[in-house]
Amino acid sequence: MATSLNTALENLRATRVWKSIFRRGPALTNRTRSVAVFGNLFLHWLPVKVREKSLRVRAAYYLGSLSFLLFLLLVVTGVLLMFYYHPAAPNAYHDMKDLRFVVSNGVFLRNMHRIGAHLMVLLVFWHMFHVFYRGAYKPPHEFNWVVGVFLLLITLFLSYTGYLLPWDQLAFWAVTVGTNIISAMPVIGSKVRFVALGGNIVGENALLRFYVLHVVILPLLAFLFIGVHFWRVQKDGGLTVRSKDDDGKS
Amino acid sequence: MTEKAKIESGFSSDAKKEPRRIVFITRNTSAKVKDERGPQVMTYPHLLVREAIVLEVLIIAMIVIALFWDAPLEQLANPLLTPNPAKAPWYFLGLQELLHFFPPFVAGILIPTLVVIGLIVIPYFHVNVEGKPLWATNASKRFIIVVGITIALLILLAVVDAWTIIVPTALVAVLLVASYYSKATTGWMNTLRQKPLSWWLMTWFIATALCLTVVGTYFRGPGWSWVWPWGTHAG
Repeated sequence: MATSLNTALENLRATRVWKSIFRRGPALTNRTRSVAVFGNLFLHWLPVKVREKSLRVRAAYYLGSLSFLLFLLLVVTGVLLMFYYHPAAPNAYHDMKDLRFVVSNGVFLRNMHRIGAHLMVLLVFWHMFHVFYRGAYKPPHEFNWVVGVFLLLITLFLSYTGYLLPWDQLAFWAVTVGTNIISAMPVIGSKVRFVALGGNIVGENALLRFYVLHVVILPLLAFLFIGVHFWRVQKDGGLTVRSKDDDGKS
Repeated sequence: MTEKAKIESGFSSDAKKEPRRIVFITRNTSAKVKDERGPQVMTYPHLLVREAIVLEVLIIAMIVIALFWDAPLEQLANPLLTPNPAKAPWYFLGLQELLHFFPPFVAGILIPTLVVIGLIVIPYFHVNVEGKPLWATNASKRFIIVVGITIALLILLAVVDAWTIIVPTALVAVLLVASYYSKATTGWMNTLRQKPLSWWLMTWFIATALCLTVVGTYFRGPGWSWVWPWGTHAG
């Protein structure tokens, strides 16, 4: 069974249609395997070869991969949620009720997005601390660390702007408490808060602003910085591997 | 003209299959470049298949959690009904806990700004590229400076009663002092003795942030008073 499946796949990969889509035949030689990476728009920012050590789970626990994959899952679940959501008060709250009582698997969809968001904040923090303790921020990776700090801030802002969108008491007061702190900024504090909220209190304008930030501006910024982050990993010579990683085979 | 000649010779030379980087290890060069090149494997399929497995494990884990844990939904937002306590999302509760001890400008603006700037400058500020232990050179002088700063910090924190910062700070300080006096050559104490200053600073930062966040999340009730997470209280 497995052999016939393999043969079928091999035959498929040898077809003209397959070649026209992937710009290559079956990836059986190192040359075609290289083409599979750098000849593919979605993979070309990966190096063609990676160090065996950097593949080991202990090297990075795949924390960067996990953060990125979570981001993709959040985009998918987020877009699905957008189909059911109106960024207006109090409609937004009624949409939450609809997700719970009307939409098929609406609760599950919202749970996935919420858990993904919490998990992403956790993993991005963990990723950063892990990179620090491995000394992976040292030359030539200095600038990629800085890009990473910005990605952490973007992750926090993404999570925070999303926190307001259900428009329940939890969301409203969490954002009120947070944005009140902006007023403590000297001289421009109240102006900055006014711009952030589109008013002096957390109201309908704030909801719309947070929504636009959450679904357009911050995800685009995240994509941009993630692109630079991955590209720099490759350009700066791959993940940091240490001689210590040889201890104990994993 | 010499620049041009260099470039041309670079292009015309035969490229090796596995280029070897030749590095002079100087004091300012990371020691890791010595042995960073191990055997290599092709990204396709070795890395990609692992990424696919990571994605599958992640999706399964998320689905399992999503089936058993429901996203919270409280009453409709009401500006006239303030919950007590009103809490920010969990990752900002460390800051909200700071707000309990320091004026809003210090806790809400100054400290977060300094933390972000501190994180950004880490790779540029760091002069100890080889990661030499804190006690490797000038041990007694460094000990006096570090302990002096720690005690001054603890006194300052005691003045504002910020004991949720004092506890993790004191814990890390105890380990730091123990690592100075320790003569251990094996075990975890020896590991601590080998740590550079940057390790101690980051560990202190994480310990404090963790303590503040956990206390802010689980141990703060009405009026930001101390409550036990298993106790019943209105809120």
